[in-house]
Amino acid sequence: MSELFYDAAPNATRVAPERPVPRHYPAKPTEVILFGTCVVDLFFPEAGLDAIRLLEREGIRVHFPANQSCCGQPAWTSGYVAEAKAVARAQLEVLDAGLPVVVPSGSCAGMFRQHYRELFAGDAGMLEKVERLSEQTFELAEFLVHVCQVNWQDLGSPTRVALHTSCSARREMNTHLHARELLGKLSNVERVEHDHESECCGFGGTFSVRMPEISGAMVKDKTQSLMASGADEMVTADGGCLLNINGSLDKQGEVFRGRHLASFLWERVSGAAKEEVA
Amino acid sequence: MNARNNILNKLRAGLSGATPRPDDFDERLVTEPWQYAPEDRIGRLRSLMEAVHTEVHTVGSKDWPKTVAGILSRRNLNNLLYAPETDHGKQLGEHWQATEPTIELVAYDRPVEEWKDTLFWGVDASITGTVGGIAATGSLVLWPDRHEPRLMSLLPPLHIALLRASQVEDNLYTMMQRHNWSSGLPTNALLISGPSKTADIEQVLAYGAHGPKELVVLVIEDE
Amino acid sequence: MSQRIPVTELTGDFRQRAKEALGDDQLRTNFRNAMDSLMTKRADAFPDEEEREGLRELGNRIKARALSRLPDLLEQLETRLTENGVHVHWAETVEEANRIVHGIIERRQGRRVVKGKSMVSEEMEMNDYLAGRGIESLESDMGEYIVQLDNEKPSHIIMPAIHKNRRQVSRLFHDHLGEPETDDVNELIRIGRRALRRKFMEADVGVSGVNFAIAETGTLLLVENEGNGRMSTTAPPVHIAVTGIEKVVQNLRDVVPLLSLLTRSALGQPITTYVNLISGPRKPEELDGPEEVHLVLLDNGRTGAFADAQMRQTLNCIRCGACMNHCPVYTRVGGHTYGEVYPGPIGKIITPHMVGLHKVPDHPSASSLCGACGEVCPVKIPIPELLQRLRQENVKSPEEEPGVKDGGAKYSRSERLIWRLWQQLNSRPGIYRLFLWGATRFRKLTPKKAGPWTDNHTAPVPARRSLHDLAKDHLARQGGQ
Repeated sequence: MSELFYDAAPNATRVAPERPVPRHYPAKPTEVILFGTCVVDLFFPEAGLDAIRLLEREGIRVHFPANQSCCGQPAWTSGYVAEAKAVARAQLEVLDAGLPVVVPSGSCAGMFRQHYRELFAGDAGMLEKVERLSEQTFELAEFLVHVCQVNWQDLGSPTRVALHTSCSARREMNTHLHARELLGKLSNVERVEHDHESECCGFGGTFSVRMPEISGAMVKDKTQSLMASGADEMVTADGGCLLNINGSLDKQGEVFRGRHLASFLWERVSGAAKEEVA
Repeated sequence: MNARNNILNKLRAGLSGATPRPDDFDERLVTEPWQYAPEDRIGRLRSLMEAVHTEVHTVGSKDWPKTVAGILSRRNLNNLLYAPETDHGKQLGEHWQATEPTIELVAYDRPVEEWKDTLFWGVDASITGTVGGIAATGSLVLWPDRHEPRLMSLLPPLHIALLRASQVEDNLYTMMQRHNWSSGLPTNALLISGPSKTADIEQVLAYGAHGPKELVVLVIEDE
Repeated sequence: MSQRIPVTELTGDFRQRAKEALGDDQLRTNFRNAMDSLMTKRADAFPDEEEREGLRELGNRIKARALSRLPDLLEQLETRLTENGVHVHWAETVEEANRIVHGIIERRQGRRVVKGKSMVSEEMEMNDYLAGRGIESLESDMGEYIVQLDNEKPSHIIMPAIHKNRRQVSRLFHDHLGEPETDDVNELIRIGRRALRRKFMEADVGVSGVNFAIAETGTLLLVENEGNGRMSTTAPPVHIAVTGIEKVVQNLRDVVPLLSLLTRSALGQPITTYVNLISGPRKPEELDGPEEVHLVLLDNGRTGAFADAQMRQTLNCIRCGACMNHCPVYTRVGGHTYGEVYPGPIGKIITPHMVGLHKVPDHPSASSLCGACGEVCPVKIPIPELLQRLRQENVKSPEEEPGVKDGGAKYSRSERLIWRLWQQLNSRPGIYRLFLWGATRFRKLTPKKAGPWTDNHTAPVPARRSLHDLAKDHLARQGGQ
């Protein structure tokens, strides 16, 4: 309704955007692009590979364009717009190829879907590309649930996991709901809640190095509540949080660890762990 | 006047080229979730007010002064501040004359400056009317006036309020519309939703912060 | 034990104060418990998501409508109030506002002022200003009273003394009022009530804030639970209300949703104990109420925020405090760490317009941008978006046009250079892949110390092979590209 009264003047007083309508999902495609994300690329490449395997298992051919790097989020959230823009432009070159783009990280997917618009505001030529990418971007769990509509047999032994969802993934992509749904499909997996589950783990990109005292207190609390949850391990669909939480656990000398959701899922549905045991 | 002009000019400059946003107030959002069957209104009001430590009694339009006397004597109170010129004040006065309880009736009939000490320290309880109630939030609406001044509902440790069941509205919006508030408000209008309280120390709820420690609502069922 | 942070002794920068606060277990427990309880209360007050979201959107549009007509509404408010017999004053700066307030008190030869809770008067540091001129200015909200007795600033805009526990309050009352110590909160409140009642009775002037100023009717609406606001605006012969220019709304009915949003978001209450609508001074025939009512409209940087359509959204704020209750940073460091009148997420986005980024250069960075604040804001201020904008302003070079007072406060050539390098790395695929190759090949050479990161973590070690590398092999085996 508010579009009726939309005042395009730069000085116009702003109203909050309409609530997003539930996303309409396409039928399962035959080909997709995987955007690996820079953190997965360097620190958790197995998770990226497991994401590819999960997609291939659904009969989808996966492309991994070699010219991809980072979505640009670190510079964007640090206030370096020009730098973020240059990097975003490079990704758009690679990703705007008419195929769905699957991202094993909710916050990077959210960057494509929401923040590229802000980044290129006023640049009509780029916005066309941005809109196309936004439409084609899917976070991995979301894609598996809604586009692939996976139906899995759990080949793993009984286990309890705690789920941590990155804040921007939760708020921009509903990743917590999608991840819960996937875990719910696994008959031998019990998902346990942890204290203050929806609270930030303290990563926040450059926040963790600009405000190490506060960030450190946050991740300490997060790891404590994860360990107190009774879970055997933590799973998350976000590399940044994983880096933060596992790095802190290691520093604390704890054995408890987190794992990327893609790796966890692949192990359960492929029986990879079983094979190892056998 | 310089500050005024500077502020207004800066604001106008900030809006240059923009048009004022239209009034798209959607009253359904503040009415539909807060509608009750007439017979449920009092129940809703009562449960909300009781949840914040308010005593609610249903009384008859003739015999409520007896209930007032009972409330006061149960608490061993010495006096009651009232508004002698109001209808309910007169009714109360008549009852007092007829039954002469030991509790003293104190009339609010002078400007506050003439008896501040008594009002602030010497009054145990007060009784006032209301212009209505609001079911949605469990609130009383008071429009203090010359006869029933503002401090009556604030200074005494116990405040007794009379509420006519027929004057309870569903929500604040319907209350404003029904009585056309936007065309004229008194110098002071009040919504009261329980006794004075605070949770400023460790979030522990304590009643009687600065205003009444107790609020008693007498709901008068209309005949 | 929580250390006292007196008004006059705030030292160090944000990080230093945060460090101290984080080391104070009592303080952290006080805040965590209080914020947990406030979050639960808010959630319980909005059981229906659809209703909540509809109301938030309405609240947002009401504020946007008011701001889009702000100068006209301020004039209308002034006209109506004047017709109702209220004196309206305008102040661009806090100094001007203080002079106005002092002038009114002087004219009445007032010596004793009681105050209802008002964040604008905190902005003005009115108590200090008046005290310096021989006028006692006493806070009467229980929390504010406690904070003032201890010569502190509020640590939360709704719960000023939330950082203190009952034993600390008891000791304070013992030291200042000579009362015996007690662990009973009811008894502590009784002590406060008695001490303040005398003050209400003797006060020459009452000062209050305003929650909503209604242009249509010329009405000042105030909410509160304690009754001290009503006392301050009813008992003394003069009432001075101070408020920011953004508090005006167009119509009386506009306050219906705003009131509901405010009380439910702040404390989870369907409504506060008192909602006080003041439309004028005592009429000649009336027996109580102030003879004079004044309204002081304060700018203090608000017109600066208003000038920028994006930052203008900060003026939607109705001061409920929900953003701080839900903020994981505020919860851990408490309000005093921010060192300014308005703490927490809302403080970070409104303070720069009042005092300039130079005074609060670390505030925009002190957030993980988790988004909890924006999610609960009853008037839908996009707080994370505005924090991000302030970060942009913060690092602007001297050649760039600042969009906010003291933009460029955190500009650093070397930091910009690092981001330029990062840009080259990530926008040139060849260089990026070379970097991946090097980082994985020489992973054993990864330093054990990585700046502040290794304060809390072990150093992250790159994988043996990058995803680029693994994916290439894997897809080749699959017969892919």
